[in-house]
Amino acid sequence: MDFSTLIQILDSTLRLATPLLLACLAGLFSERSGIFDIGLEAKMLIAAFFSAAVAYDSGSVWLGLLAGIAASMVFAAIHGVASITFRGNQLISGVALNFLASGMTVLIAQNWFQQGGRTPSLLGKARFEPLTLPFADALKDVPILGPLYSDLLSGHSILVYVALLAVPASWWVLFRTRFGLRLRAVGENPAAVDTAGVSVIGLRYAAVAIAGLLCGIAGAYLATGLQAGFVKDMTAGRGYIALAALIFAKWRPWYALGACLLFGLLQALALRTDVVAAIFPFKMPVQLLDSLPYILTVVILAGFVGKAIPPRAGGEPYVKER
Amino acid sequence: MKDLAENSGPTPDAGPDAPPAIELRGISKAFGPVQANKDISLKVAKGTIHGIIGENGAGKSTLMSILYGFYKADSGEILIDGKPTEIPDSQAAIAAGIGMVFQHFKLVENFSVLENVVLGAEDGALLRPTLSKARKHLTQIAKEYEMNVDPDALIEEIGVGMQQRVEILKSLYRHADILILDEPTGVLTPAEADHLFRILRGLKDEGKTIILITHKLREIMEVTDTVSVMRRGEMTATVKTAETSPEELAELMVGRKVLLRVDKTPATPGKTILKVEDLKVVDEDGVERLKGVSFEVRAGEILGIAGVAGNGQSELLEVLGGMMAGTGRVELNGESIDLTGKHSDGLSRRKRGISHVPEDRQREGLIMDFAAWENVAFGYQYDDSYKSGWLMDNAGIRRDTEGKMERFDVRPPNPQLAAKNFSGGNQQKIVLAREIERNPDLLLVGQPTRGVDIGAIEFIHQSLIQLRDAGKAILLVSVELDEIMGLSDRIAVMFDGRIMGERLPGETTEGELGLLMAGVTDGEGAA
Repeated sequence: MDFSTLIQILDSTLRLATPLLLACLAGLFSERSGIFDIGLEAKMLIAAFFSAAVAYDSGSVWLGLLAGIAASMVFAAIHGVASITFRGNQLISGVALNFLASGMTVLIAQNWFQQGGRTPSLLGKARFEPLTLPFADALKDVPILGPLYSDLLSGHSILVYVALLAVPASWWVLFRTRFGLRLRAVGENPAAVDTAGVSVIGLRYAAVAIAGLLCGIAGAYLATGLQAGFVKDMTAGRGYIALAALIFAKWRPWYALGACLLFGLLQALALRTDVVAAIFPFKMPVQLLDSLPYILTVVILAGFVGKAIPPRAGGEPYVKER
Repeated sequence: MKDLAENSGPTPDAGPDAPPAIELRGISKAFGPVQANKDISLKVAKGTIHGIIGENGAGKSTLMSILYGFYKADSGEILIDGKPTEIPDSQAAIAAGIGMVFQHFKLVENFSVLENVVLGAEDGALLRPTLSKARKHLTQIAKEYEMNVDPDALIEEIGVGMQQRVEILKSLYRHADILILDEPTGVLTPAEADHLFRILRGLKDEGKTIILITHKLREIMEVTDTVSVMRRGEMTATVKTAETSPEELAELMVGRKVLLRVDKTPATPGKTILKVEDLKVVDEDGVERLKGVSFEVRAGEILGIAGVAGNGQSELLEVLGGMMAGTGRVELNGESIDLTGKHSDGLSRRKRGISHVPEDRQREGLIMDFAAWENVAFGYQYDDSYKSGWLMDNAGIRRDTEGKMERFDVRPPNPQLAAKNFSGGNQQKIVLAREIERNPDLLLVGQPTRGVDIGAIEFIHQSLIQLRDAGKAILLVSVELDEIMGLSDRIAVMFDGRIMGERLPGETTEGELGLLMAGVTDGEGAA
């Protein structure tokens, strides 16, 4: 494997890790506040569809992004009402949203576009174009560092950079602000927050809303950045992989970056069978490669990566007690 | 600050003209058909320690929850320093200068002391300036009231006594002038409780007003200036502590004369029933909970195990009751008992003559949604007397349950009623009736009177004494030192998975036991 192939694979890793990372951070905010969110998948999917549909109709990818975020936040609000206000079961609410998104997107797509449950392909301004970072062309010929900067870091859509910047931003919000302190506290012991005179409900809605925002960006990136249009079930389990990454990352932003890059790498390798064939002495079936991220997810969920302690109040609706 | 200090002093009624720190007028609160608080009026003078005593369900906690904004009273008025005050939520309570230390601490376990103190009372949106400012303030308060804590220690790494101090500091940090403590000594050793009372007296001297909610008469007598008694949602009396006695308070709480001391004759121990040698238990997290425990219990005697909760007593009961695996040697009537494997469960133990009244009757002793008669059958469901062919003789079990309920004075004596519909004391009597009437050689009892009313405590204690006098061996685990002292014929004190020493109740003091409970061994602590 030569250097340029490596750069290609890492480049593709970065693209594939982006939706995972955004969804993982979304889950991080939600779960740190004590609300389990198995509906990351639903939010991404609904955002993917509406961003593609609106981008196609209006010809503006930015309007598409806004539509995707709005759709995702509506779903987040439903999850919030069900699990915070009505103290419903958070897993069931999430699963219901997943089914709803999966069916609804195809149905509406078919009704609007008559293309077998997909949107028409997005062209020109209806897609996020690659962004060239400053001096990318000038530095191209510097050995090693040149390609790393010009080919790997530069040339992605803006949402990739948004996702990368969301990592330090999330860390800063969680660990350096009053809001973050309260958010972490409410996921550990809501009674402590409540008796301190802070609204548990308000904090949890805020966290769920942030999750909606991030999932909206993730979904929009899938349909308007990574690919050019919406297709049926295009999230392909990314919401669940993001949850596995979250556990792997022990609910920490920087670890989340690492975990998502690892999953992104596995997905990138699955697309490059030629490289894999060169690395392994035996013939690796494509299907096995495709399923590697999911197998790793199972391994992680089965607890083979050491003890991950989730937020203590996670999954439990808060009821005031005497 | 200064004039407050002058106003307080040792006499409770400092400044008779000053308005009371708290005045409640005609507070009522109902939950559905249950009237938790009925027309309650109360005045708490500034700079005093005011006790509120009453049985479980008397309405103490509801009243305090209204004061802290957790519940809204149906009617009535709250006056703070003479001013009518609305307290719709905790925020308003904090603003009114009220701080509350709950029975179950409201702390974030994996946060530092400092973060817990600051939570909800931050100065600004950014954490760093807030924390550095809070650190100075906290150190100052801690120094002023002599409550040393390490601001950077994590809550999960400090002991309960220290955690309680953090809760008090939390309130002081929010400038509380009125401090409410709900059953504060339940989790403390006697020495820690003494320390707490010293802190409370110090706070009183600084002009703070303190409300102490407890069911322990001894604490009321020791630390309060005034005491109010609650019974069935009503405030039945408010008296000066110096002018009352524990007997009078108990009578006010229960509504009839109560025997506070356990009435028993000296034991006449017979042969050894239970022999435990070098018993060790490792829990599922790999922590060694019992580190080699050895003792004997003989026929016709009660061995009391004293200790602060969480020092291995629960595990001792569970391994002897067949709920947990262990290593070592345990003999019953000279024959060894399996501590692991398929012959180490509750059923095998019962067959061998060991009955078990578990510590947590609501989780381990009963199935709360099942009827009383079904609960009576549990553990003995294979018993011949409960069988009719190869079906269960349900009618027979109901009849049997009715008889048990009568003999153990369970109220109401209705076998069809679900366990959750009985009061704590009556639930415990159902469990006791089930286990005692099996006529076991050895009875394991954990916390027999936790959450049980004073009236029922009397009955439960007498039942245990009767079983002892019938020549049975009883292993009693309790965190209530009074109970251990009153019931036991011998006392073993556990600390950190070991037995620190054995004492005879007539020849020891609470102070000595308290030292053992804190892990101070015979040699170093005696002086």
